[in-house]
Amino acid sequence: MIDVSHETLVGISKSYGLFYLIALSVAVAVYVCWPRNKSKFDRAAKSILNDEDGPWR
Amino acid sequence: MVSTLTKNERHFAFIISVAVAICGLVMAAAGRNDLLGTHGFVVFFFALGVTFILARGYYDPEPGAERFAAYYDEPIKVGVILAMSWAVFAMFVGDWVAWLLAYPTLTFDEPWASFGRLRPIHTTGIIFGFGGNALIATSFHVMQRTSRARMPDQLSPWFVLIGYNLFCVLAVTGYPLGITQSKEYAEPEWYADIWLVIVWVTYLALYLRTLARRQEPHIYVANWYFLAFILVVAVLHIVNNLALPISLSSAKSFPIFSGVQDAMTQWWYGHNAVAFFLTAGFLGMMYYYLPTRAQRPIFSYRLSIISFWGITFLYMWAGSHHLHYTALPQWVQTLGMSFSLMLLVPSWASAGNALLTLNGAWHRVRDDATLRFMMVAAVFYGVSTFEGSFLAIRPVNSLSHYTDWTIGHVHAGALGWVALITFGAIYSLVPILWKRERIYSPALVEVHFWLALAGTLIYVFAMWNSGIVQGLMWRTYTASGTLAYSFMDSVVAMHPYYIARAIGGLLFFVGTVVGFYNIWMTIRTPINVARELATDRPVTEHAGAPAAEPAE
Repeated sequence: MIDVSHETLVGISKSYGLFYLIALSVAVAVYVCWPRNKSKFDRAAKSILNDEDGPWR
Repeated sequence: MVSTLTKNERHFAFIISVAVAICGLVMAAAGRNDLLGTHGFVVFFFALGVTFILARGYYDPEPGAERFAAYYDEPIKVGVILAMSWAVFAMFVGDWVAWLLAYPTLTFDEPWASFGRLRPIHTTGIIFGFGGNALIATSFHVMQRTSRARMPDQLSPWFVLIGYNLFCVLAVTGYPLGITQSKEYAEPEWYADIWLVIVWVTYLALYLRTLARRQEPHIYVANWYFLAFILVVAVLHIVNNLALPISLSSAKSFPIFSGVQDAMTQWWYGHNAVAFFLTAGFLGMMYYYLPTRAQRPIFSYRLSIISFWGITFLYMWAGSHHLHYTALPQWVQTLGMSFSLMLLVPSWASAGNALLTLNGAWHRVRDDATLRFMMVAAVFYGVSTFEGSFLAIRPVNSLSHYTDWTIGHVHAGALGWVALITFGAIYSLVPILWKRERIYSPALVEVHFWLALAGTLIYVFAMWNSGIVQGLMWRTYTASGTLAYSFMDSVVAMHPYYIARAIGGLLFFVGTVVGFYNIWMTIRTPINVARELATDRPVTEHAGAPAAEPAE
């Protein structure tokens, strides 16, 4: 097995791991709040309500 | 069934089932001195049965091009019936196990009926048999409807559904014989695991191929949850089942990890099986069937995306809370504990989103038991995720771990959330699939709802009580510093709670039988032609391609 020390793992999780999760949260928040996406989301949310009734267009 | 396959697909299906039957024979021959041989015969006769069904319909007329004008719902129908059959079977075994704990003589002195062998039949039958078939069936429905596209071929959905059920059959027939890897929720041995990988990769490919045919560039959020379920379960299953069989003629294998690494891998798998099998997939169900049944768009689409990424990235790290106070390094335990606490945010975001969607539709919740199933499921989702985060806190875990509190928590999730959302989805789906105006008897849906709710509450309260009593008895000291109660004292104290639990389980089981009867009668009641959903059609642009594509 590869020998990874306790200190290395803790170091990675406290540095890279922390920023990785913060960056992900920021990216997701920016994506959902991006004004241009709003109409797309609204359309998607409504799209399922009548999908047994007919195709899009 | 066979008549919906093209000639080409019938050939492929025939080749696949004969190949599987031959594999079964090889297993039976190679493992003749081992339990592997018994499973070889199970595989052989299963494949023989499928071959027989194929042969019977082999000369049926081929489906015409008009099939491209409708969604392909045949495998979904079979999936729904299989899910309900597994539910009845596995809940029966579950209740048997519950009575067995109250009255240990119910093993009838048979080794196959011991608790250790019956219990995985119950858990596998529920999680994989009931839950898995329900997920496959509803995902086939959701992916086609939200993409406005028919599945790309007719063979791969059948391969996924039937192949998956072969895995389930191998699992539950193995336990009474004593075949197990002894990994919770991953008990099946190496050959069944390899087979599941083949089936699962086909499932992922089928889902992606259907999505690729969609018209709208944006993919509806329910599909994200279903895809996370399929993709992550594949990764979890492969990594946790890395094992070496002692020989190719033996059912027994040993994991490649050992000691605490093996335990950590197992609970990384185990907790994410809860997260991605029992949560992400069923959230996909909720985000589709709850809004469509309530006829209201989801309260906040943005919030559903935030919850999606929250659940996906936080759950991955939470598994180590199953190993508090063990040889696992303290910091890994703390990591699992902190991520479990953070998980409350996306979990409650989903539960809240579902309940706020119903704002303005509460009269429908009152009148429609199907929607009420889904509403109560969202409440239980909120309750059990809160409880989960709470139990993951190390000092709380010191009281709850190894007690019935864990069982109560799991069943608040499995009965209250997973089963109720599934029943709601199936009751919505059945009239659509079989083109009926409504379910056979709305009154029986009410009966099922109240039996299921009463059963869940009795079960969960019994286990909360017994769990906390157990935990407290195990840590009560006398003035002289010795334990006040022996372990047997705590076992005796559990007896009334075990009877209550078994009664709760019985109510839930009876509700499921009533539900299955209602669904069956809906199917059997003659079609109302006027109600035929003439416009329930996929976009024909892509589907208009001439002959069927060869299967996977």
